[in-house]
Amino acid sequence: MKEETKLARKKIEATSLMNRIMADYFLDLNQASASNSRKVAWCTSVGPAELLRAMGFAVHFPENHAAMLGATRLATDLIPEANAIGYSPDICSYLTSDLGAYLKGFTPLAKAYPGIAAVPKPDVLVYNTNQCRDVQDWFAWYARELGVPLIGITSPKNVNEVTEAHVEDVTRQLEALVPVLEGIAGAPLDLARLKEVVALSRDCTELWKEVLETATAVPAPLTFFDGTIHMGPAVVLRGTPQAVEYYRVLLAELEQRKATREAAVAGEEYRIYWDGMPVWGRLRPHSELFAGLKTNVVASTYCSSWIFPAFDAEEPLRSMAKAYLELFIVRSDAYKERYLADMTKKFRIDGIVYHDAKTCPYNSNSRYGMPQRLEAETGLPYLVISGDLNDMRCVSDEQTKTNVEAFIEQLEEGK
Amino acid sequence: MSKPVFVGLDIGASRTKVAVMDVDGALIGYAVKKSGTDFGRTASACLDISLKMAGATRSHVERAVATGYGRANVPFVTKTSKAEIGCLARGCSHYFPGALSIIDIGGQDNKIVKLDAAGRRSSFKMNRKCAAGTGAFLEEMAGRLDIPLEEMNDLARQSEEMVKLGSYCTVFSGTEVLESIRHGKKVSDIVKGIFYSVIKRVLEMDSLTDRVVMTGGVVAHNPYLVRMTEELIGREVLLPKLPQLAGAVGAALYARAGEAAAVPQPLLRRVK
Ligand code: SF4
Repeated sequence: MKEETKLARKKIEATSLMNRIMADYFLDLNQASASNSRKVAWCTSVGPAELLRAMGFAVHFPENHAAMLGATRLATDLIPEANAIGYSPDICSYLTSDLGAYLKGFTPLAKAYPGIAAVPKPDVLVYNTNQCRDVQDWFAWYARELGVPLIGITSPKNVNEVTEAHVEDVTRQLEALVPVLEGIAGAPLDLARLKEVVALSRDCTELWKEVLETATAVPAPLTFFDGTIHMGPAVVLRGTPQAVEYYRVLLAELEQRKATREAAVAGEEYRIYWDGMPVWGRLRPHSELFAGLKTNVVASTYCSSWIFPAFDAEEPLRSMAKAYLELFIVRSDAYKERYLADMTKKFRIDGIVYHDAKTCPYNSNSRYGMPQRLEAETGLPYLVISGDLNDMRCVSDEQTKTNVEAFIEQLEEGK
Repeated sequence: MSKPVFVGLDIGASRTKVAVMDVDGALIGYAVKKSGTDFGRTASACLDISLKMAGATRSHVERAVATGYGRANVPFVTKTSKAEIGCLARGCSHYFPGALSIIDIGGQDNKIVKLDAAGRRSSFKMNRKCAAGTGAFLEEMAGRLDIPLEEMNDLARQSEEMVKLGSYCTVFSGTEVLESIRHGKKVSDIVKGIFYSVIKRVLEMDSLTDRVVMTGGVVAHNPYLVRMTEELIGREVLLPKLPQLAGAVGAALYARAGEAAAVPQPLLRRVK
């Protein structure tokens, strides 16, 4: 029988370097905004960051900010502020916490980085609805509030195979953004620079993929919970040399661990795939819950969403369009099922945990029978846990615990 | 009596259940009490009652296994805990070997657990973070109607025309109950509607395969729910003799099988 034991998570040495890089990023962003030296763009996580970076914008990612609000467990107090001005508790809790923070004049950046007083003020807001409509509504509020132009890309959804027509459509939309951005930046787009940035994004993505794939090793040197933290540079610094440099260092460390069979979860017995968003306010307890059951969550849809094999410096805009379209969240259920089946094989998974996030149906894949279909196909048992990314009022710790423990016991019996 | 006994403690959010088993696997003692706010004390009291019934003392306890929400709060069995779904499954398959769908209606949770022909769990579902369909829902509704919980079963049986509650939210159902009262509906018809709502909520959690077993305190005290379930699903529902004890019996079986580490005897004795 399985005893619950408290196990310390193995510390990743590269973390201090990451913290430095992230601090530099936020301080640079703050400097750009405070000194008016560079224009600031707000961008959705898989929006056209490469284009913005190539045009010299300092780029802020509100989703990253919202994840910080979640991870610091402040979100639940901020969400009601947004609810009070008309944003339903049922919509994206990234959106409601970020708006709530703004309404309260609060940012966790101020505490983390002395010298930063507020989130940088945007000169333009750029979205891509490839994830969901919420991002557009989120940015639209700021556009009205701050009187800032709002532009973006409307993506097709439920895409099975990404076709030429899809890529063509998004490429045209990207092209249409260029003159507007040139007007705001006050300079024309330099194609050579764009190619450079796309090449850097490509390198970043390749290295991030290799980082995640170290967890195919048994025992895995990395957990999903580490991944959610270490994907920071891939999210906010895609297209920069710093991100590439960081993942080289991280990869070397993980390869080393792999070579010496150093497990991220001591005594790893079960390997789980996590589908959906992390519960940001519960990263540590969840990590400890699984580790205590000698279980490693070795792979996830979420962390793998920052792998973009399509980036190609020779065809910058077109390849960006393709990369933004090939994203898991954009795809049809048929595609997602195939993808999950492949991932579970690749990472030698014993069971799948689906996080049904109350306020993010887009990242919750357990609502249309997919777990059942996938189980019938692969024979892998699954568990659905109800929760949320940021709104902890939607999370029941006892229920999660009971469910996870019972699930691991089920795996134990099945072995 | 000098024979060793095996103990299973199921410390649920609302009730604590203890089962005492002899070496042959026969249930020789048991107790059920409100868990209250001091899980350790309640468990200790239940343990003594059930041991007394078994004609044993604490020194006869060979092994004990705890399960349920409060299992970590029972100092004398912390090292021998087991998740409640596993215990429930084990308890049921003891009474009904083979493939099963178990419906457990507890004070705070509902579960549907499926076992394959070998008695191994093939899947389980728990209710979402919501009281609909649980014992807590029945308690809330009894409060609204201002009737004792224990009378609900008889009232439901007397009903001639059920009042249907449409919502799956406990609070909204409460409002619907009030509305029915305003419209002069009979209490018995409302109670039947409340029972129906419990069963509906549970049945929509998962499909049922193979033979169906029901467990938990709610069905133990409200056999009418079992009849209603049979009517709804169109087949027989099996009941263990003591439906509320299924999880505790499972825990005792684990203790008896020796799969859990032995409780250090001195520790066990020290508990008052
Ligand atoms: S995908 Fe989900 S979490 Fe992300 S912005 Fe949209 S609703 Fe929010």
